[in-house]
Parts: sequence; structure tokens; C-alpha cells
Amino acid sequence: MTAVGAGIARRVEHVMGMPISLARRGTHADDDRAEEAWQAALVELRWVDAVFSTWRPDSDVSRVGRGEATLAECDPAVAEVVRLGEDACVSSHGAFDVWRTDVDGVRRLDPSGVVKGWAVERAVAPLLALPGTDVCLSAGGDMVCHVADSDGEPWAVGIEDPHDPSRLVARIPVRRGAVATSGSAHRGGHVVDARTGVPSTALASVTVVGASLTSVDIDATTALALGVDGPGWLRSRLRTGVVVWADGRVETVA
Amino acid sequence: MKRIVLWVLSTISTVVVLFGYHTSTSSVMATSREGTFSGSLSGQTTSGSAAGSAAGSASGSGSTTGGSAPPSDSGSTDTSGSSSASSSTVTGDVAQTRWGPVQVQLDVSGSTITDVTILQYPDSNGRDVEIASYSLPQLIQETLDAQGDSISMVSGATYTSQGYLQSLQSALDQAGL
Repeated sequence: MTAVGAGIARRVEHVMGMPISLARRGTHADDDRAEEAWQAALVELRWVDAVFSTWRPDSDVSRVGRGEATLAECDPAVAEVVRLGEDACVSSHGAFDVWRTDVDGVRRLDPSGVVKGWAVERAVAPLLALPGTDVCLSAGGDMVCHVADSDGEPWAVGIEDPHDPSRLVARIPVRRGAVATSGSAHRGGHVVDARTGVPSTALASVTVVGASLTSVDIDATTALALGVDGPGWLRSRLRTGVVVWADGRVETVA
Repeated sequence: MKRIVLWVLSTISTVVVLFGYHTSTSSVMATSREGTFSGSLSGQTTSGSAAGSAAGSASGSGSTTGGSAPPSDSGSTDTSGSSSASSSTVTGDVAQTRWGPVQVQLDVSGSTITDVTILQYPDSNGRDVEIASYSLPQLIQETLDAQGDSISMVSGATYTSQGYLQSLQSALDQAGL
């Protein structure tokens, strides 16, 4: 249809309760080697789901939640993710936390705010190894972009309008980097400020672009949880991104 | 037309102020470096009404940010090029900040900023390495019908599988398959 759309091979699978979308173009856009790399990425994501899902009763994280296992008894990846979450708790002054206290006073592990970005960053590795091939791997709208030629045509990432998902509020050309958006669209207010337990409502969505998906995903979620303080917090961390306020204002953070 | 020219002017000052602010908050004393990346804060919109709304967003954020920037650090711009409808290059004055000089150059075509080049900016935490790989977000207001087909992927608040079919991403995936 357009030059941009030409030559892009796409795949979609549902893993971890969300669509995993892959776009490839270039030497191995659509051949056996590309398919092999895509399947390897899916194997990785399914493994992450088996270990980290809070919905699967047999996952490591669920067993920790029920007190049936300690972190030391889990796959070492669980401790790695918990450590990332605890670092984020410190840098967000407590607004981001993977530990939640239930109404019954029990401390429960919910690393879902860290796992997605971290998982995609791991899963994309076999795709990045395809020579001469541009790839963009997205899990539910959070993605890693890579172009083989560092001066090549960037991936054009559209940022959805949280007030109207049929519209875009911004476009970010990305050659090598990651884009993550946190917001209340699609799922309702699912991000709460861990300091108060109250859902944050000042911001409709926060998009952060940077080198590592793990860190931009955490920062987007944290800024959303911080609400009115979110944009300033992103600037203090030298972040680049787009904030959509609940009242519809769109603000670039740079 | 007047509105569009004003929009370009306000966007230019936004860009300069943003970078003035940015470097004033960086924590590392640094040497000046040359860095280039394409992209802009403007909308590459196709209709007049869309340009109007994009302009409102861009200048709104600029004034917010500008309030925090030290006034003496902000650069002024040579805006003579932007009043004509043809392509031109606009180079901002060098802005001296605590951390080093900042200078921005814009390529303007009619009412659209087609490129932003950072001629100078202070190094901060290796950010220059990162920023070369992606561009500043371009604020736009557009629908899938208008320009969505030039988008490769869509980033939005978490798509659940249930909501996915209504999302823009599904349209892109379908178009590509």
C-alpha cells in the first residue's frame, strides 16, 4: 500500500494473555530462519509465563504468593526480576512496588509491572541475531525495535490516543531502542500508587522511549502511578516520551 | 496561514526551550558533542484542523517546560526562514547552559518541521548514544484512515487479548498478512 508497509512480514500469537506482534523486513523477513527465530522467541515468552504468571496456580510466583516456596527455591530469574522491582521502588520513592499488601495484611509478590518488558527484551534476542534483518517485537504495545543498518529506515511507532484508540497522538521513529506505554485504556485503572494504594487518575497514558525495554516499561508505569508528578519525575531521569493527561492534553517529555 | 506560521514559531521556541531545560537538569559536566537525529515535535498532518490541534498540544507543553528553564539559558532563534512557505533551514542561537552549549537547527517545509538537528548539546550520562537511535516523539493527531498506514507498530496501554481486535495494531497486522 505504501513504501513503509511494503516488505514487512508480520506474525501474531497470544502469549501471557496478550498479543505478541512481530514485524520483520530485510534479508530474513520471511524465510525459514526467520520463522525459527520467531518460534524461539515464543518459547522464551511461554517459559516466562509459566514461571511468572500470577494467573497460573502452578507458576513459581504463585507458589511464592501462597507461601509454598521461597524466592531461593524459585528459578533464579524470579530473584532477578524482584531485584529490578525493588530498585524501581527506591528510584520511584515507593510509588512502584512489586510487593503488595493484601486486605488481609499478607505481603504478596506481583512482578507483572516488571516482567513484560524484561521478557520481551530476552525473547527478542534470536530475532536480533538475524543478519540484515529489521525486527520489531511488541508484547501488548510495549516493544523492542531494531534496524540492521544503523542509518536505515526507522520503525515508525504510533502512540495510541488513550481517549480514542482509533487515533494516534504521536509518532516516534525508532531505529534501535524500546517503546513502552502505560495507561488506563483497555483495562481500566490498573495502575495504583503503591504509596497510597489508590489508582492514579491524573494521567491517561505515559509513553517512554529509550535503550532498554525493561527500564522504559518500569519508568512508564512509575510515571503513571506518580500522576501529576510523573512528567517532572521523567525529566529528572532524562527520559524521552509522551504524556497524555486525563483532560486530553498531550505533552512531550524530552 | 497566520496561525500556521505562529505554530511554527512556537514550536521552534519549544524545541529550544526543551533542550535548554534538559541540559540544565543534567548531572554530568560534559564536553560538547555533535549529535544528529531526525524527527520533530511537530505534526506531519494533512489537514488544517489537525494541524491546529497538534499546535495546541506542542505549544502547551513548551510553555510548561519553559517555566522551569533559567531564562538566561534559553536561546533565541533566527526565524526569518519560517515566514515563507518554501523549505528553509532555521538555526537557533547557541544557548549557554551550566553544562555546556546547546544549539538546534530545524528544517522547515511550509508549515511542517521536517527535521530537527542538534548541532551542539552537552553529553549527559551517555544519553547521546541512546538518542541517536530514536527520535523525539512527533506530536500528531491523526486517525488510522489518515496516516495510520505509515505506522509500523502501535504502542498503547496494555492490550488484553479481548480488546485487541479493536486496536490499531490488529489493523496493521491484518494489512501486513
